[in-house]
Amino acid sequence: MSDTGIGARVKRKEDKRFITGKGRYTDDVRVDNQAYAAFVRSPHAHARVNGIDTSAAEGMEGVIAVLNGNQLTGDGIGNLICGWAVSSKDGSPMNMGPWSALATDRVRFVGDAVAVVIAESQALARIAAEAVEVDYEELPAVVQADKALADGAPQVHDNAPGNLIYDWEIGDAAATDAALEGAHHITEMKVVNQRLSPNPMEPRSAVAIFDTAEDHYTLYTTSQNPHLARLVLSAFYNVAPEHKLRVIAPDVGGGFGAKIYIYPEEITCLWASMKTGRSVKWTGDRAESFMTDMHGRDHITTARMGFDADGKITGFKVDTIANFGAYMSLFSSAVPTYLYATLLSGQYDIANIHCNVRAVYTNTVPVDAYRGAGRPEACFLIERMMETAAREMGTDPGELRRKNFIDTFPHETPVIMTYDAGDFSGNLDKAKAAADVAGFAQRRAEAESRGKLRGLGYSCYIEACGIAPSAAVGSLGAGVGLWESAEVRVNPVGTIEVLTGSHSHGQGHETTFAQIVAERFSQPIENVSIVHGDTDKVQFGMGTYGSRSGAVGMSAIVKAMDKVEAKVKKIAAHTLEASEDDIVIEGGVVKVAGTDREMGWHEVGLAAYTGHNLPDGMEPGLKEGAFYDPVNFTFPAGCYIAEVEIDPDTGDCKVVQFTAADDFGTIINPMIVEGQVHGGVAQGIGQAMLERVVYDDDGQLITGSYMDYQMPRAEDVPFLTIEHNTTVCPNNPLGIKGCGEAGAIGAPPAVINAITDAIGDNDIQMPATAQKIWRALKGRQTAMAAE
Amino acid sequence: MYDFDFVTPASLAEAAAALEDPEAMALGGGQTLIPTLRARLAMPSKLVSLAGLAEIRGICEDDDGRLCIGGATTHGAIARDAAERFSGLAGLAQRIGDPAVRNRGTLGGSVANNDPAACYPAAILATGATVVTHRREIAAGDFFQGMFTTALDEGEIVTEVRFPVPRRSAYQKFEQPASRFALVGVFVAEMADGAVGVGVTGAAEEGGFRWEAAEAALAARFDPAALEGLSHPAEGLISDIHGDAAYRAHLIGVMTRRAVAAAA
Ligand SMILES: Cc1cc2nc3c(=O)[nH]c(=O)nc-3n(C[C@H](O)[C@H](O)[C@H](O)COP(=O)(O)OP(=O)(O)OC[C@H]3O[C@@H](n4cnc5c(N)ncnc54)[C@H](O)[C@@H]3O)c2cc1C
Repeated sequence: MSDTGIGARVKRKEDKRFITGKGRYTDDVRVDNQAYAAFVRSPHAHARVNGIDTSAAEGMEGVIAVLNGNQLTGDGIGNLICGWAVSSKDGSPMNMGPWSALATDRVRFVGDAVAVVIAESQALARIAAEAVEVDYEELPAVVQADKALADGAPQVHDNAPGNLIYDWEIGDAAATDAALEGAHHITEMKVVNQRLSPNPMEPRSAVAIFDTAEDHYTLYTTSQNPHLARLVLSAFYNVAPEHKLRVIAPDVGGGFGAKIYIYPEEITCLWASMKTGRSVKWTGDRAESFMTDMHGRDHITTARMGFDADGKITGFKVDTIANFGAYMSLFSSAVPTYLYATLLSGQYDIANIHCNVRAVYTNTVPVDAYRGAGRPEACFLIERMMETAAREMGTDPGELRRKNFIDTFPHETPVIMTYDAGDFSGNLDKAKAAADVAGFAQRRAEAESRGKLRGLGYSCYIEACGIAPSAAVGSLGAGVGLWESAEVRVNPVGTIEVLTGSHSHGQGHETTFAQIVAERFSQPIENVSIVHGDTDKVQFGMGTYGSRSGAVGMSAIVKAMDKVEAKVKKIAAHTLEASEDDIVIEGGVVKVAGTDREMGWHEVGLAAYTGHNLPDGMEPGLKEGAFYDPVNFTFPAGCYIAEVEIDPDTGDCKVVQFTAADDFGTIINPMIVEGQVHGGVAQGIGQAMLERVVYDDDGQLITGSYMDYQMPRAEDVPFLTIEHNTTVCPNNPLGIKGCGEAGAIGAPPAVINAITDAIGDNDIQMPATAQKIWRALKGRQTAMAAE
Repeated sequence: MYDFDFVTPASLAEAAAALEDPEAMALGGGQTLIPTLRARLAMPSKLVSLAGLAEIRGICEDDDGRLCIGGATTHGAIARDAAERFSGLAGLAQRIGDPAVRNRGTLGGSVANNDPAACYPAAILATGATVVTHRREIAAGDFFQGMFTTALDEGEIVTEVRFPVPRRSAYQKFEQPASRFALVGVFVAEMADGAVGVGVTGAAEEGGFRWEAAEAALAARFDPAALEGLSHPAEGLISDIHGDAAYRAHLIGVMTRRAVAAAA
């Protein structure tokens, strides 16, 4: 291993600009003729809009225009769409309700935009927005998914009777029922996976610039996938044809899924820029983030898992209600179906699985993919079930899992996934050793002597990353292919630029991607730069989400490098008068193996671009592109073990020890990978103990600021012990599986299993706040006293 | 935020004069007021900054041995400079917010704001401190008048709080998990004359209050055991997403016992 190649802990190249305050984010973009947008938002969760009076606002200082939804739709701007078609089990298509970027006749959640003010400054725009008078006729609202399905519930969309978007299933219901029928033991649970707010550090922002001379738009935006944004803005929202629209996602301060989607604000800014002839900027404040960034999770699930007398799982039956909020967001339909139900086999060999999912509308912020997207919900359910089953059957929770682990690969599950590689027992062993599970009884006793309750919990997670084989997802309803692209350009002086369709918003691509290039071409890493995030610079690409940039994005780079290498060898063979097969790239040069005949890397570049002496028929230049379409998902998996200590007087709980043994496949930069685990586990602890979006029954957002929405802080997260147990992914050239979401997927059940172990009460839903824990302990004392 | 004028008076008298304008507001450390302005929940035409007024900053002792802390003294300064003479109060200040909040936020701003979850009211009530303004002196019991409401008139500046220094004291705070203000905070003080004050914050809609039953029990014996069998009723306490009234009532008991233990 070189000190900058695969496996090296290279310090992040991008951090110089970030830590010196020189990052360039969307809100840093200032152009001539800059105007500012402020949105008029509904204060009601559900209301009819009977009229909008903009006259007062129009007359105010600095106001350029006040625009509404009728004007927007009148100009042909299309409704927002969900791009993944999921049908009900009876074959009927999903019920997608209309979503206009600016509501015309009805608002469906607090924060739904009804009008926009364009003014000379942000302050003036906001003041004028407050002067827009909207005549609302309030309608009853519904907030909880199960209540939305009840008879007589308020109807969110006219074309979705009973608020039902789809009623979908996967697996064999009859076989699963039969398996449960004959089971020796059945574990049954109701599990709520609460609604979360993604909270990227940088709020969403857009700068739209319309060039009247060229009829051309430029959009700077906080996007994880600028090409997808351009495609959707163009093909579905009718803003402009693709060649007249440039989308730039410059430095982006975190996404976690929330910045995959194309939001009403970007659409409106582009349209308003054309309408006013001004460039229009909007940057959300934190209140708008809470109110309008797509939320995550929000499942209510009941499940039954059957075991035979040996403790082997015989069947798993799951019924889930997924809250989609007021509108179907871009990938919302896929999250509780193909990203959730397909993972319900977990790490276990289960012959019979059936899952039914009902997706419903409510008067809340739309819900879509958020770090993990469906997989945390699946993992939480399975791993809570396993731990509970072990307790009920009086067996060791680790060993019950081991007994059911899949240990031969490839393994096809009854929920359409084919796991390609893994070592689940090895992960468990590594985690148990690193966590010193053997010493737990002693630690628990010691904690007890200090008046603390200590508990230990496992989680053996598996996820599907590297989305995804395009034909496979196409057959499941996806509106796009999920390949990735790359172009590798060797400049005449030998420096290298890689244009990638992946997008970095915290992942460190500028470093990791450069590492594989530096190693492959034996070049200094400083001579490699990564270009991303601009549709005018980079060929079409699919962007970054679902831990796909390593497995898919880097695979595309490898494919492009294969082509570059082939050409380099041809040029060198020609110049050095040797056979192509004898040419090697090593030690910074291109040489004939085993000889001292060599060319500097830069000399090959120069030869390619001067074209003075190339093999017959060869085109000049040294630049190659590739599209990589994966043949399968990848399957990162691991074992997490959490230990908590609880103060029984108050219910206060601390995670005191956390061990992660992950199998991410090949690791390019262990430091960056560990950083991903740190962040993911912090978010997982956040979900387990701290975070939740709360609406009151009228649909008012209670957790609208950090005074009420609790993000994990440094003191909430212990020092993590991180181990790797690598099996190489057989299906992509680098053997990468992905690491971006594992922590957020694997941590919540480990923490809740530890808490329920500590307090001896299994019935705790997330977030496990001090009050809930205290109440559970109190309930237990009362019950014990009664006995 | 709406536009406003910003005034930096050179003296308390100038500040008081500037605050005669009914549209003007005092600005202490801005840790509450600036977020309020940013959320567009207040629209002063003028902010009068008290931060530069040396007259109302710092800590001294008066002839009665009371610790007199200027209204513009920051939490950070109190945590540092009161540590020797009044460790209970210094400990309270040390746990307000984070370093940025402590280095800006002031005693006067906190007292004037009277957030029902703020920490100082517990100490002020427990010790029977006196709030001093540029016009008058107001006893602790008269000063706090319910959530975000005080005896202050418009334009009245908190110049000082005079704390009788207890023999021993401690503050225990159970944090509201998101804001880390007090979900329940209890300040226990055993005064020089043997009387005991128990000030509770965070728990009640009406803001800080004294738990007199606990005071009586502790005056008889300053020991956590003296509180055995004593519990605070849940009636009148706050129920919100962070804790219901029964939980808060329970925490009052726990925090009081712990404060006594910490002070002893
Ligand atoms: C992240 C964070 C965490 C916090 N945690 C806690 C905590 O745990 N416990 C706690 O108690 N507080 C907490 N606070 C609040 C903090 O203590 C504030 O500093 C305090 O409430 C207000 O003081 P200030 O000097 O910043 O006042 P400002 O914000 O400047 O003013 C607040 C109000 O008081 C008025 N005012 C200011 N000074 C005076 C004066 N001398 N006389 C009369 N009126 C005046 C202003 O006009 C305004 O109405 C926290 C704040 C933040 C931002």
